[in-house]
Amino acid sequence: MFSLLNIRVGFYLAVRQLRRASLWTTGLIVFVMLLTFLNLVVVTGILVGLIEGINESYRTQYTGDVILSALPTKNYIEDTSSVVAFVKTLPQVALLAERYQTGATIEANYLSRTSSTEKPNATGAQIVGIDPVAEDAFTGLSSHLIDGTYLSERDYDQILVGNLLLAKYAFGNQPGLTPLTDVSPGTKVRLTVNGSVREVFVKGVIKSKIAPLAASIFIPAAELRMLMGRTDQNVAQIVIRLILGSDPDEFKSLLLKSGIGEKAKVQTFTDSIPNGVADIKTTFAMLGNGFSSIGLVVAAITIFIVIFINAITRRKFIGILKGIGISGEAIEISYVFQSLFYASIGSAIGVLVLYGVLVPLVAAHPIDFPFSDGILVAPIDGTAIRIGLLVLTTVIAGYLPSRMIVRRNTLDSILGRN
Amino acid sequence: MIEVKNLVKSFKDGPLETRVLKGIDFTAATGEFIAIMGRSGAGKSTLLYQISLLDEPTSGEIRINGRDTRAMSEREKMLFRLSEFGYVFQDYALLPELTALENVALPLYMQGASRAAADAKAVTALERVGLGKRLDNLPSQLSGGEQQRVSISRAIAHTPNVLFADEPTANLDTESSATVMSIFKKLHEDGQTIIMVTHEDDFLRFAERVVKLDDGKIVSDPR
Repeated sequence: MFSLLNIRVGFYLAVRQLRRASLWTTGLIVFVMLLTFLNLVVVTGILVGLIEGINESYRTQYTGDVILSALPTKNYIEDTSSVVAFVKTLPQVALLAERYQTGATIEANYLSRTSSTEKPNATGAQIVGIDPVAEDAFTGLSSHLIDGTYLSERDYDQILVGNLLLAKYAFGNQPGLTPLTDVSPGTKVRLTVNGSVREVFVKGVIKSKIAPLAASIFIPAAELRMLMGRTDQNVAQIVIRLILGSDPDEFKSLLLKSGIGEKAKVQTFTDSIPNGVADIKTTFAMLGNGFSSIGLVVAAITIFIVIFINAITRRKFIGILKGIGISGEAIEISYVFQSLFYASIGSAIGVLVLYGVLVPLVAAHPIDFPFSDGILVAPIDGTAIRIGLLVLTTVIAGYLPSRMIVRRNTLDSILGRN
Repeated sequence: MIEVKNLVKSFKDGPLETRVLKGIDFTAATGEFIAIMGRSGAGKSTLLYQISLLDEPTSGEIRINGRDTRAMSEREKMLFRLSEFGYVFQDYALLPELTALENVALPLYMQGASRAAADAKAVTALERVGLGKRLDNLPSQLSGGEQQRVSISRAIAHTPNVLFADEPTANLDTESSATVMSIFKKLHEDGQTIIMVTHEDDFLRFAERVVKLDDGKIVSDPR
């Protein structure tokens, strides 16, 4: 069937039919192809990007590229100062921040309680002791402030509170959390850490889509150490940002080889993300592929209809072609080439729109989902596979109707008989 | 040489069967210019479609240069139509998106000629019918007479053994019809075998043999 001669003649016919086809019709078909391509790539890309957004938020706002945390049997990283000193000597390291961490209770309106049976306006939370300047440089914590002001190193009775801990800023009920009512910047609250109680003021409210920030209390490290009754400098977390192009997995291996693993748990940011998130990512990718498949079927049907209508309206000319001796295969191939053209041009424009507009646009202005800042994930290899699928589907969808028409009786086609 | 023996063509429409050709015996020798005449519904176009291998007879035998066409596959018939026959249809049957040159060159291209060779032959064929200056015109940019001349060029460009013409002047004005018939006359003088269906008495003088059909049967044939 696909002899070189048939391909040559098919191509000859296809080029001329396309060149002299109605610009509107061609434009419409290419537009359908473009939308199908975007549907194939963007729907999955946004669904996966929604979860990638969570990953990215964890990396930029919390864990950095690599996070060292206390071993399961310890509350802190042993010999923190030597670990930090070693890590700082490594050329891959761009930034580093240290955090103390423990459990705490925060209570408001305790002075107005009238009886011991009255339910206290209190909640439990994780309290994080930070160097405000280093933490801000690392995670941009101050940029997440939605009310009040940021901590300074000299603050001794000031805290920042995650929005999920305050009813006024929580925007809905959060499972497992009892947000404090009537608390905003300037409110005095009672903080209990390891049995130590201190009255502090809420200096600011942090809002984030990732739980470790949104459900935590932040206080200068020195104050937390005091509350915890700690005299050593051993922290609970060391977060590390690598210079651009460094591989977190390689860096993790390097740390483990150097023996850091005996003092701290070493994880890349992907390791530290809860397993459920990875499962959701897989689920969303499956959903995206499902939606894309439907899009692909719709595109196939569209092209089938378009080519079928084109072929049926040109049935007489197909009959003439066959009548003067043009092979049916060459005629079918001409329709295959036309379908290929529509799919290729649609995909090519789609690639330009995708990588020239959508990906950079969504990267610059992430989609504001309730639990993540969604980005558009469109890896080149995945896009190439989808283009291949689209082209293949389109070619089949173009070939079948042309074959149906070409197989009809030549004379019936010429004379327009049914 | 075309030999037709006891050719029958019927059309079925449910239980109804209409016999259009009722046992035709007919021969056409190389170099003849035959006009098939008859009133509307006599079966002349149907006969032309059978002997030009555009349609399949219900029964009977057609031999072309001694070869029984019943034994031919669809592909063989297609190749036969491509290389041995030329067709001129009543409504010109040109492809609207192809220029005059491309319409004529396409069958040559299908025969395996290179683009340059096909185009050169097509130009010669178009010049032969006086359309050397309308090569790049689309059919829609040509008059009916000019379109029919392009159709004739397409039919003769590959120097076929037989040229079939189905009412070639039916859609043309008197002047264009005369031009077309004079082209046929010239082709015949050059040795081209022509089998033409027509119902116009005016053009019978161009043919050297007139076969008359009525009700699916040959009623008059000088041979």
